[in-house]
Amino acid sequence: MTKTVTDVICPFCGTLCDDIEVVLSDDGKKIVEVMNACAIGNEKFHHSQAADRPKRPRMQQPDGSYKEVSYDEAVEFTAQMFAKSKKPLMYGWSSTNCEAQSVGHQIAELTGAVVDNTATVCHGTTLIAVQDVGIPSCTLGEIKNRADRIIYWGCNPAHAHPRHMSRYSIFPRGFFTGKGQASRKVIVVDPRPTDTSNMADYYYQVEQGRDYELLQAFRTALHGHPLPDTVAGIPKEKIYEGAEVMKSGRFGIIFFGMGVTQTLSKNHNIDAAIMLTKDLNEFSKYSIMPMRGHYNVTGSGEVLGWQFGFPYAVDLSRGIARYNPGDTTSNDLLRRGEVDAVFVIASDPGAHFPISSVKKIAKLPSVAVDPHFTPTTEICKLHVPVAFVGIECGGNAYRMDNVPIDTRKVVEPPEGMLTDEQFLEKVLHRVRELKGAA
Amino acid sequence: MSEYLIKNGFVFDPTQKLKGDQADVAIKDGKIVDKVANPKVIDAKGMTVMAGALEVHAHVAGPKVNIGRIYRPEDKLFTFRPTEGSHHMEGGFSIPTTYKTGYAYARLGYTTVMEAAMPPLFARHVHEEIRDTPIIDEGAFPVFGNNWFVLEYIKNKELENTAAYIAWLLRVTKGFAVKVVNPGGTEAWGWGLNCLQIKDPVPYFDVTPEEIVKGLIEANEHLGLPHSMHIHGNNLGNPGNYTTTLDTLKLASGYKAKNKFGREQVMHHTHIQFHSYGGTKWADFESKARPVADYVNKHKNITIDVGFVTLDETTTMTADGPFEHHLTELNHLKWANADVELETAAGVVPYIYSPDVFVSGIQWAVGLEIALLSKDPMRCYITTDHPNAGPFTRYPRIMKWLMSQKARDEQIKAFKASDKVVAQSEIANIDRELTLYEIAQMTRAGPAKCLGLSGIYGGLKPGLDADVAVYDFNPEKEHKPMEIEDAFSEVKYLWKTGVPIIMDRKFVSEGKKRTLWVDAKVADNPQVMRDVKEKFVKYYTVTEKNYEVTGKHFIPNPYAIEVDATH
Amino acid sequence: MNTVTLTSKAKPELFLEADNITPDIFAGKTNEQIAALTLYEGSAKHPLGEYYDVSGSAGPTAAETRIVIKGDATRLKYVGMKMTGGEISIEGNADMYVGAWMKGGKIQVKGSVDAFAGTGMTGGEISIDGDAGNYLGAAYRGDWRGMRGGVIRVKGNAGSDLGYFMNGGTIVVGGNADVHVGTHAEGNGKIIIKGNAKSKVGGQMVGGEIYIFGDLEVPMPTFEYRKDVELEVDGTKAKFALFEGDTAERHPKRKGETVFGKIYMKY
Repeated sequence: MTKTVTDVICPFCGTLCDDIEVVLSDDGKKIVEVMNACAIGNEKFHHSQAADRPKRPRMQQPDGSYKEVSYDEAVEFTAQMFAKSKKPLMYGWSSTNCEAQSVGHQIAELTGAVVDNTATVCHGTTLIAVQDVGIPSCTLGEIKNRADRIIYWGCNPAHAHPRHMSRYSIFPRGFFTGKGQASRKVIVVDPRPTDTSNMADYYYQVEQGRDYELLQAFRTALHGHPLPDTVAGIPKEKIYEGAEVMKSGRFGIIFFGMGVTQTLSKNHNIDAAIMLTKDLNEFSKYSIMPMRGHYNVTGSGEVLGWQFGFPYAVDLSRGIARYNPGDTTSNDLLRRGEVDAVFVIASDPGAHFPISSVKKIAKLPSVAVDPHFTPTTEICKLHVPVAFVGIECGGNAYRMDNVPIDTRKVVEPPEGMLTDEQFLEKVLHRVRELKGAA
Repeated sequence: MSEYLIKNGFVFDPTQKLKGDQADVAIKDGKIVDKVANPKVIDAKGMTVMAGALEVHAHVAGPKVNIGRIYRPEDKLFTFRPTEGSHHMEGGFSIPTTYKTGYAYARLGYTTVMEAAMPPLFARHVHEEIRDTPIIDEGAFPVFGNNWFVLEYIKNKELENTAAYIAWLLRVTKGFAVKVVNPGGTEAWGWGLNCLQIKDPVPYFDVTPEEIVKGLIEANEHLGLPHSMHIHGNNLGNPGNYTTTLDTLKLASGYKAKNKFGREQVMHHTHIQFHSYGGTKWADFESKARPVADYVNKHKNITIDVGFVTLDETTTMTADGPFEHHLTELNHLKWANADVELETAAGVVPYIYSPDVFVSGIQWAVGLEIALLSKDPMRCYITTDHPNAGPFTRYPRIMKWLMSQKARDEQIKAFKASDKVVAQSEIANIDRELTLYEIAQMTRAGPAKCLGLSGIYGGLKPGLDADVAVYDFNPEKEHKPMEIEDAFSEVKYLWKTGVPIIMDRKFVSEGKKRTLWVDAKVADNPQVMRDVKEKFVKYYTVTEKNYEVTGKHFIPNPYAIEVDATH
Repeated sequence: MNTVTLTSKAKPELFLEADNITPDIFAGKTNEQIAALTLYEGSAKHPLGEYYDVSGSAGPTAAETRIVIKGDATRLKYVGMKMTGGEISIEGNADMYVGAWMKGGKIQVKGSVDAFAGTGMTGGEISIDGDAGNYLGAAYRGDWRGMRGGVIRVKGNAGSDLGYFMNGGTIVVGGNADVHVGTHAEGNGKIIIKGNAKSKVGGQMVGGEIYIFGDLEVPMPTFEYRKDVELEVDGTKAKFALFEGDTAERHPKRKGETVFGKIYMKY
């Protein structure tokens, strides 16, 4: 007889669906079926049981090949790397739990590291904007229960957060939104037509790199001020129309993603979008929310925030915490050759960083902690595979709206495999010995 | 286990009516005892000895506190005390990191702190921050005053259901007490609206703040919880709001406290300074501390904490979402808002209480007037609603102002519009100076009793927990006002649950902090459980099974206060 | 004015942090004491003398102390941080944070500067012969109070985010500026760009002035033309077109008149 585990939390994206059901074999060892997850989540659960999964650490050899080593050797190598380093970079954190992040921070505080997470190439610019102008926001249930105006600006949830629209934003029937989709109007802003823009009631094909100008134009249109004939390729009539649609709702939400966080203007785009949201509160009730990518990048920001005061790019090298994107961010540190060791965990900079940064990582003492084979693991000196959080061990994670959900363990990890937290505890213990700070 | 004897100190302990008597304090196995056989002796000659202090209301752990930290990098610039061995780095002026919070409270001699507002959906976040706050015991108050379940049960006048839901929520969030913030108004804020007066109905739910408050007082007493209903009333911060406050305080009439914890109040009104304003606009803004203090003096079933303004640049943060929006419209500083489905909201806005702005001067005066006009220091506690009216690290400065009229006069002279502050408040006419004994009542015995924890904390009577603070301050000598502030800014010695934490001003241990929560047992209530199940399926965005806080990784050292409310 | 000369004699493996290289910290110290000051490389600490030969002598006060840095200073961050007086001359290209949180005195860079020069400046002068990196004269992260006083001159080009949250003081750029000039500017700061600007000039601005002598590729849609004016700006007399905005922002009234940010485009 199979067993079904319910209320499972999917450890992939910031939507952090917690209604997944996993059907296990009799002996509880194999994942037979995954229900309610989207295609991506489904694949993550099944892929965790792929036969060719790395089971033990692998050390890079002089000829570029990899040889299997024990966890003890991996711990020793990692601890030695930290102990010898003047300024290590500890990057990633977004696909593991808060408990592991916290242990990592202890290593960072002890060794004077820079702790940075994937926001550095993603929603870090959102965080900069929030630091400049604040952020009126809410939890996803408020959207489900109240919202009648949904705006997707520079994001494509149909592809990147597949269940977002059905769980939270367009389709659900909530307390005050019994008519579901029929009671909502959808606005999409994107330079490219996408599967998301196909669902829009109003679609603005903004000129690339001109979101900032268009956002400011919407703001000024709210108050009926004059505009040039077109802004960002959009005729002013459409801008005034859009402003009226926004104002006429009783509860609106702006969701946004990389289309505005990582294009020209970056944080200024988000700044203007936040100010548009604030302005809309003069007429109606509006909130704004970033579509966080990894399932626990928000958590990394929260833990760094309460322990050190900043959400990413935290430089602990002088015994205090300092923060300044452009200086303390991973790609700037790598570009300028300012770090002498790189520890990557729960992320894949090999795939997501500029190739010039990846080349720098390849030349430095480096460790990659990751259950998968990735472009990162193939250029680091040591690859340490670990258990999948949310599948083989539990631990807390934070959703895109900052709601904390404790992930579940569904199956045992492969025999003898450590979790992120366990590996980091061993490294911490050994670094303390090496630094005489036991 | 360890024995300590603190000899020769001047002891201020309201639980034993010691008003600076020279006495010894003995510690054994984590408790205060009469005698010890073989103790380590600490000579506290010429020093002041008190129990560890209790913070009855501060925003130190949770989502809105962290929004504050994350969105104010400038609050941390140049503030860090570096890492020292296993002692973590400490940073942040108005919103300290969790490590700094624990260490800084300990330095002041505080050993138990209550997180003022926990949004239930975010309980895990609150507990993670509590776990990462060293040394101090902590509890957190879940918010109830805008909760959909509560609004419906109270509208239907279902006392048993309200009580059963409260007991359930305290258990699943590991919460300590019934907190109410801007009752009804924060649900109205879900639509951008508010309830400013106690009879303003909540949109759709059609219940009033008055009904919510009374319903929660009744449910609280029905359960017999250690603490009373704890309220941040409607209309905070607005000129003329003292009438709303009196309306709110009047709702306690006729209720008697029912509990086995020694608590005598049925209503605790928090940061009442923000609620004691007269005038009709900013120009004629004035203090109405007197009528509020008079009412509290006459009604012994009410306790208050002040929320003193410290005249700093600080950060406001509260579950009074509509107020925070109003504040950003006034000062145009960055505004963060976080509405929480079915439960509550929060807002964060920086604020500068400048001595150059007469309104800030009057707010400063209001806080001090309330304390100085209060006749019963066992019912009036020192807080700054940290960080709203100022950071808790300013408590020694507040002590200085309370204990020295000269210090108050110096501050009054330093205001740019000194004449206006004096004319529109009473502070210049009050010459009362509080004694250390009264301070001990306002920071130790009083808060412990109010929280229903006088069997554990708040005094040096044998049997209580050995939370002991020793300050290098000789109460029998003359002191300049600044010396009071300096002396109480840092303990010389601190014990927490009998473990030495600070010895000769050095941190020697972080102890083993506990997370206090209330486990109220009620009779089975299938109706409430069905309502809970239904709302999770239909309206929440997490499942019922994923809502409850469980696990040692959130609460490594829980301390459950049991209440039998099965009747 | 006494002059201390630091001559580079070794390169750091990674970089150095030089917040100890300011007239305020050098004042009243002997050369031995100066050589013993700490330069930071991550968690490693080095005496200044390991990387720089110290010659000359410091003055008794900051105002009477001049520091000259010879050799490669491109991995020497925070030179002049928080200085209140005196002078610094960097005889080549400089690194990040030159003159950060400066209150007074003069810094001259005979080359280019990296990012964050003049962050949080409240007074003094910074003069750059080459180009300036991003965030010249900007506010620190999260602070709505940016540059409040002082003068920054760049002979060459400036990067993006010039004068972010500017509140006062003057920035003059001899060449071109990249995107985001004077974003969120308030108060009465002045930015003069003698070359061209790209776009997003004066975004979210509510006070202060920006002068552009060259071309502006893409103006903000939220600035409205008012009129033409004859002005003399930093020694140049010309006719300018005045635009006011940013119309998306809230604009308070001062003495009955609405306060706007002003952009002057030279004809």
